Amino acid sequence: MYFSMLTNLTIKQAHKGLKNKEFSAEELVNSHIKVIQEKDKDINAFVLTTFDLAREQAKKVDSKIKKGEKINLLEGIPVSIKDCFCTKGIESTASSNILKGYVPPFDATSVRKIKEQGAIILGKVNTDEFTMGASTETSAFGVTKNSHDLKRVSGGSSGGSAASVASQMAMYSLATDTGGSIRQPAAFCGVTGLKVTYGRVSRYGVMSMASSLDTIGPIGKSVEDVAIILEAIAGHDKNDSTTPKIKVDNYLKNLKEDIKGLKIGVPKEYFDSDLSPEIRKITEKAIQKLKDLGCKIKEVSLPHTKYAIAVYYIIVPSEISSNMARYDGIKYGYSEREEAKDLMEIYTKSRAKGFGDEVKRRIMLGTYALSAGYYDAYYKKAMQVRTLIKQDFDKVFESVDALIAPVTPGPAFKIGENINDPLQMYLEDIFTAPVNLAGVPALSVPYGKIDNLPVGVQIIGKHFDEKTILKIGSNLEK
Amino acid sequence: MLTIKEVQHIAKLARLELTKKEEEKLVDELSSILGYVDKLQEVNTDGVEITSQVTGLINSVRKDVVEETSSEKVKDILTNAPEKEENLFKVKNVF
Repeated sequence: MYFSMLTNLTIKQAHKGLKNKEFSAEELVNSHIKVIQEKDKDINAFVLTTFDLAREQAKKVDSKIKKGEKINLLEGIPVSIKDCFCTKGIESTASSNILKGYVPPFDATSVRKIKEQGAIILGKVNTDEFTMGASTETSAFGVTKNSHDLKRVSGGSSGGSAASVASQMAMYSLATDTGGSIRQPAAFCGVTGLKVTYGRVSRYGVMSMASSLDTIGPIGKSVEDVAIILEAIAGHDKNDSTTPKIKVDNYLKNLKEDIKGLKIGVPKEYFDSDLSPEIRKITEKAIQKLKDLGCKIKEVSLPHTKYAIAVYYIIVPSEISSNMARYDGIKYGYSEREEAKDLMEIYTKSRAKGFGDEVKRRIMLGTYALSAGYYDAYYKKAMQVRTLIKQDFDKVFESVDALIAPVTPGPAFKIGENINDPLQMYLEDIFTAPVNLAGVPALSVPYGKIDNLPVGVQIIGKHFDEKTILKIGSNLEK
Repeated sequence: MLTIKEVQHIAKLARLELTKKEEEKLVDELSSILGYVDKLQEVNTDGVEITSQVTGLINSVRKDVVEETSSEKVKDILTNAPEKEENLFKVKNVF
């Protein structure tokens, strides 16, 4: 088999090839490294590569295969990791200058779990600084470009993850989604991304942005790949108290089940007059396909949808202002201790130099919203409207099994188009943020194109019912 | 909506040193975002509970016991410290 063909494979295909000795793990890893060396100078997905380590690990897998030992499904499969995950012994910065040089002494739980399965890490990939953005333009490492049009963004915040999978530089990626950060870049790059139920996957060891909304999930080439990765990383973790002891389903096996008779809701608020005609047409086509496959389609209403972005941009900055307090120039990362005359100046100067504009903007916004006299008007109000948004979802899920909606208002936008208008950038999350506020899972599946640019559809499910949305997604991609 | 004085006050609370230019820009940007989120005021939330944990977990606590931290772990944690002395983070004088 030729090297260039190896990066085409799905996880299952690669696993079979390794097992049958059609190629070695070292060849599989080297073929991905070759693609990275060729393509990434244009794309800029990787912020750090760990090729030597990857080759070393591949050799270990090969010796296991040679000895006739059984290998796991993810064993020997090359992966990229978003830079906000702590990776033991590998610099982890969340694409921020304030964490430059930070080498974590431990692995995030999700990273540990795939490593135990034998995953091979190729490196860390780009994100908006601390995942705050929708384009990777706030990254300290510069923007990750879209392989379908290098003048456009790959989306964000998990732009590096999506681009690395789309350009076949990694077979899958671990990423995070707080308001759309997995689903939007997956849609922009033409790959599959899953935002899990809040608490389905441990957040331990992933740098927090908004703790009540952050989720960890996979980006892959297909729904099947995503199901395999989810099975490996899901479940209770004693180090994350928000992960309940709810059974992890056999997602891969469930994919094969029929979707005939499933009730799918179409939330009418997502299809109002503001939706672009192209996105509407593509989403309607997907709805028709589900109908043809025997699903029952029903129009439903999520009446508080129009308040979601306002709620999101109070809750998120508020939680950020608290989470970012740990970056103080004392414990790790960038420190202005030479210039500072006292402790206070270490804080104010380290943070001034270490953080970028968007992080500062959100810290300021959150500090304001939580400050004396404003708490009731902003934070408490937003948390109450969050309840109403969640109740909207609870109510529709009494009568439907899943929802279908667009992922984004349009295809990948041009680099520089939104970066000077924070509010416009925030409105990118209009179809994705409500899902995080309700804590439910949602899958972004590539569906259709506008000109040459991929877009996706979103399948939203009930709490901890990832298996149903994966099953629907798997039928849609066929 | 916001004044430059308010922005300076928030920056102080947030432990951020801002340049004059940053302060001015933030007055405009924060005012515009706060103007947008003002639409929440039109929602009637009388008697609505807040949602801070979305999947219905109540309290999830571990046993209140001290776990031993190995000296190796302490060393690991301090590896990233900008300044340290023995087993401690070193800071500048407070005043």
